[in-house]
Amino acid sequence: MLKLEGINKIFNEGTPDEKIALDNINLHLSPGDFVTVIGSNGAGKSTMMNMISGALTPDFGVVTIDGKEVTKLPEYKRSQFIGRVFQDPMAGTAPSMTIEENLAIAYSRNAKRGLRRGVNSKRREFFRSSLEKLGLGLENRFNAKVGLLSGGERQALSLLMATFTKPAILLLDEHTAALDPSRAELITRLTKQLVEEGNLTTLMVTHNMQQAIDLGNRLIMMDKGQIILSIDERKKQQLSIPDLMAEFENIRGEKMNSDRALLG
Amino acid sequence: MFTAMFGSVEQGIIYAIMALGVYLTFRVLDFPDLTVDGSFVTGAATAAMMIVLGYNPILATLAALVAGFIAGCMTGLLHTKGKINPLLSGILMMIALYSINLRIMGLSDENAVVKPNIPLMSSDSIFSQFQSLWGNIGIDQALTSFLKNTLGFQTAPSTWGTILIVLILTLIIKSIVDWFLKTEVGLAIRATGDNKRMIRSFSANTDGLIVLGLGVSNALVALSGALIAQYSKFADANMGIGMIVIGLASVIIGEAIFGTKTIFRTTLAVVAGAIIYRIIYAVALQIDWLDTSDMKLITAIIVILALVIPQLVEKRREKIRKEKRRIQRLEQQRELTQGGNHLA
Repeated sequence: MLKLEGINKIFNEGTPDEKIALDNINLHLSPGDFVTVIGSNGAGKSTMMNMISGALTPDFGVVTIDGKEVTKLPEYKRSQFIGRVFQDPMAGTAPSMTIEENLAIAYSRNAKRGLRRGVNSKRREFFRSSLEKLGLGLENRFNAKVGLLSGGERQALSLLMATFTKPAILLLDEHTAALDPSRAELITRLTKQLVEEGNLTTLMVTHNMQQAIDLGNRLIMMDKGQIILSIDERKKQQLSIPDLMAEFENIRGEKMNSDRALLG
Repeated sequence: MFTAMFGSVEQGIIYAIMALGVYLTFRVLDFPDLTVDGSFVTGAATAAMMIVLGYNPILATLAALVAGFIAGCMTGLLHTKGKINPLLSGILMMIALYSINLRIMGLSDENAVVKPNIPLMSSDSIFSQFQSLWGNIGIDQALTSFLKNTLGFQTAPSTWGTILIVLILTLIIKSIVDWFLKTEVGLAIRATGDNKRMIRSFSANTDGLIVLGLGVSNALVALSGALIAQYSKFADANMGIGMIVIGLASVIIGEAIFGTKTIFRTTLAVVAGAIIYRIIYAVALQIDWLDTSDMKLITAIIVILALVIPQLVEKRREKIRKEKRRIQRLEQQRELTQGGNHLA
């Protein structure tokens, strides 16, 4: 479903600030795979997400989605097949527009936008039933401006908007990191539910190791622009945090230096 | 006085179309577009030129609409493809249009290449065409006699047809803008002004949407210019100076008085704002020591006040809120310590 082959990216090449962000990344997701990505700050997780979404283009390498090469395709064209939720709850929705208008924008993701009404009665019915799944009562606040919602509510709405058109790939970029623990748990639960319902091929970056272990069927660990560890479905079921720490020490010959990675 | 006011309202309703255009860029797209000063004249020049050449005024007005659309798209392309700052894109286009407008007006005269103005005193216009239909109905005579005989007015407007036709036109344009902003494309344009990153992640080409939004906005501005030229019976290369500020003043005044709860309400507020601005203008002109040329200064001051006062009001409110909370906290503390004394 998603293939990254030999992806390289260097920032500020030829200057003293040169940084190898991605170093020969190869990754293959089969349909229905849910891969969690962990790694310390600066490991290249977000850069990799941006390569897939098209916000950045690789210096070398090929990105393939659903059998189509998309390496050179601009972000807005690629996002037909890609649903995204960002870390910042403000980033995924338009604050001065109403809930139903935001949903209408997401709904037109994979069709050409024309002069049809964005919200009609048929769509409203679909929006209502989709919102009900969130269990937050948002279906009764159709005409509320999204800017008035709490961070958790906005993130739940972003998640719904990213998933309800069944994109080929779902990218979650630390989408629970900016929320308080109870809200983060709610979003984690909704993520699991929506991904399972849609059988979505998903890539999720997280700082929270427990979350990385609990969710998904595969796990990869990144460090210094490389994928240093890839754990498959069979092994992931018995995985624990100490296992991960030990693996890291094994590979890198040093202790994992991120408290944040542990505590999330 | 009454006829002067009446004329102001008529003009205000025509300028409201321009204000709706400014609303589309300034508020909806969050793009401060200065093309307006040039595209307003482009509309006036195109319509006047075609009318002088003998084309039907309706066709001439539609051509002005198209010319404005193209001008707006050019500004959009400068910004999105040329990566030029929004303000500068608009200024560049405004300057370029100044020369282009002189050329457009030059087309009306086979002995000249450029012309600084076109008089339309004896020409046909949308208004004269409508008048020839309206004048026969007899509503004017009835209303005039009602005003003079029943209400005791000294003077009455020469016709009610103009205000009717401009009101109908402006309300149609307002409804089209309302409808457009609710279509799929319209929603995407609004989201572009609100959160570019979000709308890109939903497969919308923000560059294309900005170009389209600027095109539609300047089409409305040019339409307004074409109507003003026919209303005041001339087009002039300098008639657009300060137009963007007048548009902004209308948007800001309207929003401040009537609110922005829904799109329907906001566009209505913008239309009303444009009319109110014209009335303020007319009243200011009645003051003896003010000259017509002071009006630009007054407009600038209105916009500055409208932008600054809300900030000051908010600051003051915040201060009062803070003070209230502090007193509450102090009282709570006192109660707590009193409780403690009682226990001790």
